[in-house]
Amino acid sequence: MNVTIVDYQSGNISSVINSFTEVAKGKVNLEVTADIKKIKSSDKIILPGQGSFKSCVDSLNKINGLVDTLKEFAITNKKPLLGICVGLQMFADIGYEEVETKGLGWISGKVSKIDNQKGKFKLPHIGWNEIEIQKESKIFKDIKNKSHMYFVHSYELIPEDKSVISATTDYSSKIVCSIERENLFGTQFHPEKSDKTGLKIIDNFLKL
Amino acid sequence: MLKNRIIPCLDVKNGRVVKGINFVELKDAGDPVEQAKIYSDGGADEICFLDITASNENRDTIIDIVRKTAKECFVPLTVGGGIRTIQNITDLLLAGADKVSINTAVVKDVNFVKEASKKFGSQCIVVAIDAKKISENKWEVFTHGGRNKTGIDAVEFAKKVETNGAGEILLTSMDKDGTKSGYDVDLLKAITKNTNIPVIASGGVGTLDHLYDGIVKGGASAVLAASIFHYGEYKIKDAKEYLNSKNVSVRL
Repeated sequence: MNVTIVDYQSGNISSVINSFTEVAKGKVNLEVTADIKKIKSSDKIILPGQGSFKSCVDSLNKINGLVDTLKEFAITNKKPLLGICVGLQMFADIGYEEVETKGLGWISGKVSKIDNQKGKFKLPHIGWNEIEIQKESKIFKDIKNKSHMYFVHSYELIPEDKSVISATTDYSSKIVCSIERENLFGTQFHPEKSDKTGLKIIDNFLKL
Repeated sequence: MLKNRIIPCLDVKNGRVVKGINFVELKDAGDPVEQAKIYSDGGADEICFLDITASNENRDTIIDIVRKTAKECFVPLTVGGGIRTIQNITDLLLAGADKVSINTAVVKDVNFVKEASKKFGSQCIVVAIDAKKISENKWEVFTHGGRNKTGIDAVEFAKKVETNGAGEILLTSMDKDGTKSGYDVDLLKAITKNTNIPVIASGGVGTLDHLYDGIVKGGASAVLAASIFHYGEYKIKDAKEYLNSKNVSVRL
């Protein structure tokens, strides 16, 4: 199996590479690239994302043909794709970090700043929080409800269709922290930094 | 609910852990990679390396340690000490650090935080503030391990780094550091009340109750400690169970 971590020159993806390498060892062939040809021939894709919504979208757009290739992979051909953090957020139509920015439009909805209730909640939301599983998800196989995951973010994805939500976490409100729609997966938390539970989620995705 | 974090900190000098270690299970007591792994397996919420290597020539050593640690520890890794340039940050992040902690370079020029957070995102920029009490409810920022006065008010400085894009503040009381008499709770309170980003308490932990004070009385989001864990007095698990028994939520 060929799995590609999309390296579109935005943010620090070393931890994503390290964790996937650890889990993939001897099982799958892992590539880290933005090469369109290699992405097309992959069986699965991981779309990481760090920094702002705008900077991630801009970086994706900078690579000629990348957005179309990803769309063809995930939407037309319905092959498994996992977005992590801003990688998930970019699935939305629109993001409001820095300036209003168009997203990939794969999941109807928006990305806006977490309501910190006038400073009652510190932002970024950094640290370990429990996930509340909302529906069965293939990547949550053998993951207990209320498992701890590592979060670092100030913005949240608000999808219009609530049936895509596979888990939420409690921070000022119920924040969407995982989605699943057919072949499309996304986590707001960082499975690559979430210790053994996180590695299990990665393993589940690689085993799909 | 967001859990309070416990962060063991390892002081590294020329590639070796400098503060004492008594773990019986350690093969090489001075090996930072092996120690980080023990902490991570023991339930540490994050791992922090503080590079206290004096010379710049040895920067590659810490990068190598980070690279090896990141391949074995799958919890967030913060690295601080001697970071002066954007290139220093790039090197550490590429090696596998998740966050960097910057101190002197920010005191010299607060724009460095802005530049760094713009380039890498606030989530990986921690600003380390070393503060010393100068009068009742007044603290001053110091650099170079508490040797150099700056004349800058710690609370004002904390607000300034937040505005400039810091994701977290690592707050060390120079009066308390190494004393084992507990955090400077008043200092913590002053900073946590005046900022809206997470504050990591540091300096002075001698007992598990001090961790409790840092979180509950001081308002810290995370507590950092070195010697109580290094000398094997307590394991991370002991700290978590203690806090949990006092109704402080932690990741168990």
